[in-house]
Amino acid sequence: MVIGSAEAKPTAKSPRTKSSKIDWLIGVGVLAILAIAPLFFGSFLQGMITEVLIFGIFAMSLDLLIGYTGLASFGHALFFGLGAYAVVVLGVHFGFPPFLGILAGIALSVVVAVVVGYFCIKVTGIAFLMLTMAFSQLFFSIALKWRSVTGGSDGIGGLDRPAMFGLSLDDPMTIYYFVLIVFLIAYWAMRRLIESPLGHAFVGIRENDMRMRSIGFPTARYKLIAFVIAGGFGGLAGGLYGIYTGFVSSDLLYWTRSGDVLIMTLLGGVGTLVGPVIGAAVFLLAKSYISSYTDHWILVIGVIFVFCVLFFKQGIYGKLLAAWREKMG
Amino acid sequence: MSVLRTVDLCKSFFSLTVTKSVNLEVAAGERHVIIGPNGAGKTSLINQIGGQLRPSSGRIFVGEHDITGLAPDQICRLGVSRTFQRNNLFSNLSAVENVRLAVQALRGHSLNGFMPAARYTDDWAFALEKLRQVGLEARAEDVVRSLSYGEQRQLEIAVALASNPVLVLLDEPTSGMSPGETERMTSMIAALPRSITVVMIEHDMKVVFSLADRITVLYYGEVLASGLPAEISDNAAVREVYLGRSAH
Repeated sequence: MVIGSAEAKPTAKSPRTKSSKIDWLIGVGVLAILAIAPLFFGSFLQGMITEVLIFGIFAMSLDLLIGYTGLASFGHALFFGLGAYAVVVLGVHFGFPPFLGILAGIALSVVVAVVVGYFCIKVTGIAFLMLTMAFSQLFFSIALKWRSVTGGSDGIGGLDRPAMFGLSLDDPMTIYYFVLIVFLIAYWAMRRLIESPLGHAFVGIRENDMRMRSIGFPTARYKLIAFVIAGGFGGLAGGLYGIYTGFVSSDLLYWTRSGDVLIMTLLGGVGTLVGPVIGAAVFLLAKSYISSYTDHWILVIGVIFVFCVLFFKQGIYGKLLAAWREKMG
Repeated sequence: MSVLRTVDLCKSFFSLTVTKSVNLEVAAGERHVIIGPNGAGKTSLINQIGGQLRPSSGRIFVGEHDITGLAPDQICRLGVSRTFQRNNLFSNLSAVENVRLAVQALRGHSLNGFMPAARYTDDWAFALEKLRQVGLEARAEDVVRSLSYGEQRQLEIAVALASNPVLVLLDEPTSGMSPGETERMTSMIAALPRSITVVMIEHDMKVVFSLADRITVLYYGEVLASGLPAEISDNAAVREVYLGRSAH
């Protein structure tokens, strides 16, 4: 307990270190590549990146719950589905412009998240997992049965995508840049969130819910806030997906979709925000390439996933980060 | 004016009674030590005051507030904070962050999801001050896991103090400590300002008699005796069931 003053560390918040400067450089580099990518890549890769960015937002939003608040949801597809349905259904039936559809999807996701979250946060662990899944399945069956509006399992398509600011959303290049900009804003907002007092409170709940209550946090309320924010970003991702594909079916709400995003998040590395985006990239690339060889692509994903759980518990990005920090000393 | 008062407090788990009609009154600024053999219901009593456990019947008052059945976070905001018998910290966070979270709860900007927490420099300064108070300022940036057991016990106190409490409940602050650590912990508690009322559970009789203004002896959930240290050490019933057994 005797403290050697020679080893005393600076007691103020650490200033920006060398490694965080390198993080910045890597970030700017990746951004530059993404900004000019469509000029060099073919339409396939361009579409691929668009999808990775959309699912990246989705996986990051789940990371807010799992990685930062410690709530493992198995029903996150609910919000993605709501966002996508809002854009397509409102667009097709009522002629809503996609941009308004996205906002409506976020609003719908937030409202549903308040109600669903209210019940789900009363339990933790496996019970939370099952309850979130049950709620998403409930919405899946509504989407399946309410054919006149949702088109059931056949889905609903033919979204009219009018020009926005003089740029046609029918052009994949426009969609690419639109998604990229929304992705950057979403990433920035979530990064701000986890560095804010609210984000720190989420981490405190993940670490020790009981102690958080003892020091004055009504943790149930904070968990609900985390659930609603994650739901809102999930709805945003779904809305982008609705614009991107112009088509939505009940399949989007099926529980395996929640499993997909869970795998993306865990594969990439929970509690890192960047990791889940990498997880989404690996997952979607694997799906795309392996499924061209075999229908059993999910089996291969499963094996990769098991391997990661066994050997890279922190996920791909978490492992890279740990290796990097070790190298930097 | 009493800071803490319990009225006929009872708690039972099915047929097991852990708290039996406990009437406790603690004056402002008092150092009130609760002693009793293992299983006497000391921690259960603290848990009821802190809100971690809901009493079966009876009332608990903090100042004028009836806190019976309130949630721990509400009780904390009314000025009651506590430490735990077993270190109950945020093990993967830095020492200063452990304290700062309590400060953040106190300052009421926890719903801000946009400004970086690092910008609230007052919070950091206050948290560091609390760490200094328990002698941990040099370990501020270290992750709690890397702290020694004794340092974690000190940190427990710093976290409890960070809520600006009027009443702190200390559940065996010296448990598991070496004699040297116990001595430092005792002088640290002794140095707390009298604006803070202290209710603590303690086993080490040396610590008990060096700190206590008043002592309450619990035995099978009941108050066996309560009074000044001299009265307690002279009490025949107490000597019989408790002191007599551990004195040799």
